[in-house]
Order: sequence, then C-alpha cells, then structure tokens
Amino acid sequence: MSVLTSARPQVVAIEASEGYWRSVLRRFLKDKVAVAAAIVVLAIVLAALFAHWIAPMDPYAGRTFRRLRPIGTEGFPLGTDELGRDMLSRLIVGARMSLLMGVTPVLIAFGIGSVLGIAAGFIGGWFNTAVMRTVDVFYAFPSVLLAVALSGALGAGLGNAMLSLTIVFIPPIVRVAEAVTTQVRARDYVEAARASGASALTIVRVHVLGNVLGPIFVYATSLISVSMILASGLSFLGLGVRPPEPEWGLMLNTLRTAIYVQPWVAALPGLCIFVTSIAFNMFSDGLRSAMDVKA
Amino acid sequence: MSAVELQGLNVTFTGGTKPVRAVRGVDLGVDRGETVALLGESGSGKSVTLRALLRLNPERKSRIEGSIRVAGQDVMALRGRALEDFRGKVASMIFQEPSLALDPVYTLGAQIAETVVKHEGGSRAAGWARALELFRRVRIPEPERRLNAYPHEMSGGMRQRAMIALALACRPQVLLADEPTTALDATVQIQVLLLLRELQREFGLATIFVTHDIGVAVEVADRIAVMYAGRIVETGPVREIIRNPRHPYTIGLLRARMGHEQRRGARLEAIPGAPPDLSALPPGCAFAPRCRFAEPVCSVQDPAEEAVAPQHLVRCLRSAATLAPAG
Repeated sequence: MSVLTSARPQVVAIEASEGYWRSVLRRFLKDKVAVAAAIVVLAIVLAALFAHWIAPMDPYAGRTFRRLRPIGTEGFPLGTDELGRDMLSRLIVGARMSLLMGVTPVLIAFGIGSVLGIAAGFIGGWFNTAVMRTVDVFYAFPSVLLAVALSGALGAGLGNAMLSLTIVFIPPIVRVAEAVTTQVRARDYVEAARASGASALTIVRVHVLGNVLGPIFVYATSLISVSMILASGLSFLGLGVRPPEPEWGLMLNTLRTAIYVQPWVAALPGLCIFVTSIAFNMFSDGLRSAMDVKA
Repeated sequence: MSAVELQGLNVTFTGGTKPVRAVRGVDLGVDRGETVALLGESGSGKSVTLRALLRLNPERKSRIEGSIRVAGQDVMALRGRALEDFRGKVASMIFQEPSLALDPVYTLGAQIAETVVKHEGGSRAAGWARALELFRRVRIPEPERRLNAYPHEMSGGMRQRAMIALALACRPQVLLADEPTTALDATVQIQVLLLLRELQREFGLATIFVTHDIGVAVEVADRIAVMYAGRIVETGPVREIIRNPRHPYTIGLLRARMGHEQRRGARLEAIPGAPPDLSALPPGCAFAPRCRFAEPVCSVQDPAEEAVAPQHLVRCLRSAATLAPAG
C-alpha cells in the first residue's frame, strides 16, 4: 500500500453526478414525438389499470332497444355495439385484455430470448449453431400463420393464445440478442476486461449485458404493437378472448357485421389498436435514441 | 531476476486453413524498471507476443509454445482463477484505441473501481477513491468530475490517460502497451509518452512497448527489439541501435523515417517488397527476398543470433557487410 492509497482515503462526492438513467430521461424529454407517444401509452395503461372506475357504464350490460347507436348519442358518447352495450366502457375495459395480450408474451419472450441469444452469442461454436438453426426453423413460418397454427393446436383460450404469441416472439428476440452479443464480444473493451482480470461471468454480466440489454429491450418494445395486433387477430378468429369479454380484436370481429349500419362505431376498436401500436412504436423509437449514450 | 522472461515463444494460429506462424522463437527479457520497445511493421508478431504474455490470444484458435515467466510466475501454467488474478494485478495492458477499449456504457470511475474491487476486494467506495487518486496521477483535469464521465465525453488524449489509470489501478509490476499513442494527435502523443515514461520510473514498472514508430521507441525505451516475420532480428540499447544498426531491416527502418535532415523534394527511402506470408515461410532468412545485402546462402540458412557488441544481438548472416555502409 504505497504511493497510491496513502494520499487521500476519503470518499469523494460521487453521487453529485448525473446517473445513466437520468441522462436517458433528459434526452428522452427533448424528443417531442416520443414524449407525446409516451403520454398516449401512459394514458392507455392508466385507463386499463383503473378501467372499472373510469368506465361510465357496465361494459357487459346490453339493451336490445338501443343497439348500434351512432357516435355522439346522449349518454353513449361513442355509441353502442350490436348488443346495445356502451362502446366507451367496452373500449376502456377492453384495453386491459389487449394490453395484457400485447405486453405479457413480449416480456416472457424477452426474458427467454435474451438468455438464449446472449448465451449463443457468447459461447459460440456448436451451441450457437444449435440454437440459431432451431430458431431458423421457426423463422420459416410467417408470424401470423405460426401464431394461428399454435393457438389452434393448443386450443382456444387466453392462456394458450399468450403462450403461442410468446413462442412466436422468442425467435426474433434470440436473433437480435445473438447478433448484438457477437458484435460486442469482439470489441476491444471485452478484451481489455479480460486483460484486467475479469472472469467470463463478470464479462457477461457487466460488459456484455450492459451493452446488449438496451438494444434488445428497445427491439422488444417495438414488438408490443405487433403482439397486440396478432392478439387481436387471434381474438378475431375466436382463438383468444371469448365473448362477452371486451377485447379490441374480438370487438372488431363482432362489429364486423355492423360495418354498413354504423361504420364509425365499427371502426373504433380498430382505431384503438392502431393508436396504441403506433404509440408503442414511437415510444420505443424515442427510447432507442435516448438510451444510446454514444450519440 | 527479470520481470519478464520469454524463452522460445512460438505462437501459431490454427483457425484458418493453413497454420499461421505469427511468432517464431522469441526470446526476450525485461528487467524491473526497464522499458523495451518491440518495433516492427504490421503483422511482424509484436502484438501477438504482447498478448501471449497475458494469454489473451484465443485459446481455441492458437497454439502457444515456449516458456513465459512474468514476475516469477509461469504464465503457461496458470489456469482459471489464478490466470484472472494474474491479469491486471501482476501485468496489465494499455490498448491502442482507448475509445474502443473502454466500455461505452459505464463511467470511467466505475470501470476502474470494478477492477480494483475484483483484485483487492474492499468496497466500491474504496475503488472510487483509488480511481480518483489515479486520475490525479495521470493528470486529468477536474478528476472528480471526469470519473463520472463516459468515455465518449472525453477527448482522445484524456481517454488514453484514463486507460493508463485503468491499467495501473492495481499497481502491476509489468505494463504492456500496445501502440498506445498511435491513435493520438502528434501533440498529445508526446504528452502521453512523457507521462508513461514518468509513471514507469516512479512505479519501477517493467514495460514492453509495442510500436511501429521508431521515433516513439527512441523516446520511451531503454532497449529496442526489432521484430520481423515473427522473430526478433535485432536487439540492443537504444543508442546502439540508432547509431550502429546492423540488421538490414533495422537499417531500412531508420532510413525510411522522415528525419529533420530530410531535404525537400528528396525521395523518402523505402524497403522494397512486402513482408512474407507467415503461413508459407521460405527457408532461410525471412527478410532475404527484400534485403539488398542478401546472398544465395541467406535463402538457405536460417541465421542464428550473434552478438556484435555487448548486449547488441543480430540475426543476420551478412552482419559483417552491413557494418560499413550503415552510416
């Protein structure tokens, strides 16, 4: 303990600095489009969380005498559906299922896919080949077809629909994770870490994860909109949520027959899906640029 | 006892279709407090030699033979945890391009603290305190603030100082520098070289300094070892090498340098030809095809090491012929 430690053993005011996440937030807030998208996403999430308090009416209660009222009807600001249920309430409550089916499969796939992809990229060799070729098999099917086929094979139902969506999203996430990890592994700073005595575990945990998780996460958020659309599609085909449960895709399906009677009302669930997925996309795009420290 | 002792080091890359003999029988000793410059062009095996000292060459794709002793430890025998403890603690490395060798997503302080905690235990706060200490030592202005900076927020010179701080974090006995000034501006280069020289003296480091710039080698080194095609062809004290080079390759390198005495419009002398293919080396001296002193015997017989002056060794059959026209 000679020259270096002798002089100043006290700890410096390190906390005064701007942390990583704070700087990400600062950059994110500069991006107007991303902030707008974030507000929309937040509003939808809040609406979904507190749906039963916000919804003005019971989303399940219908009356045959007030079916398919147009937008702007008194008491029913967004009209009523084919069974006379309040559209506004059903759309608000429907956000729950749609978000659940949009986010959960992506989250689970993010977990499994990143582990597989990072392991494949870091270990390399035969393990990489085994994982990536297996993933390629799934890639041979279009994602919609794969989701429908898996859901169909597993049987209708919410759980099975989410499981099939998870399986659909694992391959693309594995691919992205493997690609980024392979890139990072060849970087000088990984060799520098080895040269300064870091173990393989430390290198993966600190240097690989730190550089890889951001890009994978951002890619995964961009999949949320895809997942919502696919989930809606499954519900539309009768493979996801069952009636009378409100869910945007399912509502789009049941209102399909009313498209000539009340086209605007029939289009509302589609509009919700569209707005939500666009908002998620823009949000993830803003997140990507904000999380890039090198920019 | 030497701090670094290489004997008969051979590194062969086996990843490609043909094995590539990147290093062929290198013997090198570096004492405590001594700086040796490994001089040579790209592909001469200087960086590979350096990496072999930390066993950084990819294990699966390379074969290392010979004996490597650093600070009394047999590097070839180190496994797992012992190897990790050796790297960074006994010998550490400075890389050529600090913007690539520092992790972009962590602050510099965090990276230094990580290494300190790894090797010496203790708290992260102690690691940060050490990092601050080092930043002062390498003369980074406003060190408290710079510890919290990300690599991309600093200039090239500051980054290389931070890299030096990282390499010295655990007070190693041996410092390996892989062209640490090549990526820097000429003005920053000299500052970093002076700093390295100063730190090396202060800590009594044994330093191996890889460079292709003979000017840099003269600036920092006590001894120069010239490498060509995976072999040290000439080694000796700096003065001796500069004043009395005996290997035709060293003579060529010195002539190819842009000197102050260079007359405007005068042709810069170059060594004709290109270095040999290391996967298909010809018999005899590897430099023979480019050598102006070469005789038929050169492409048949592999030259042995020969002392032409105290501490001055040359691998050349024609070293007698190079004596006269060298000046």
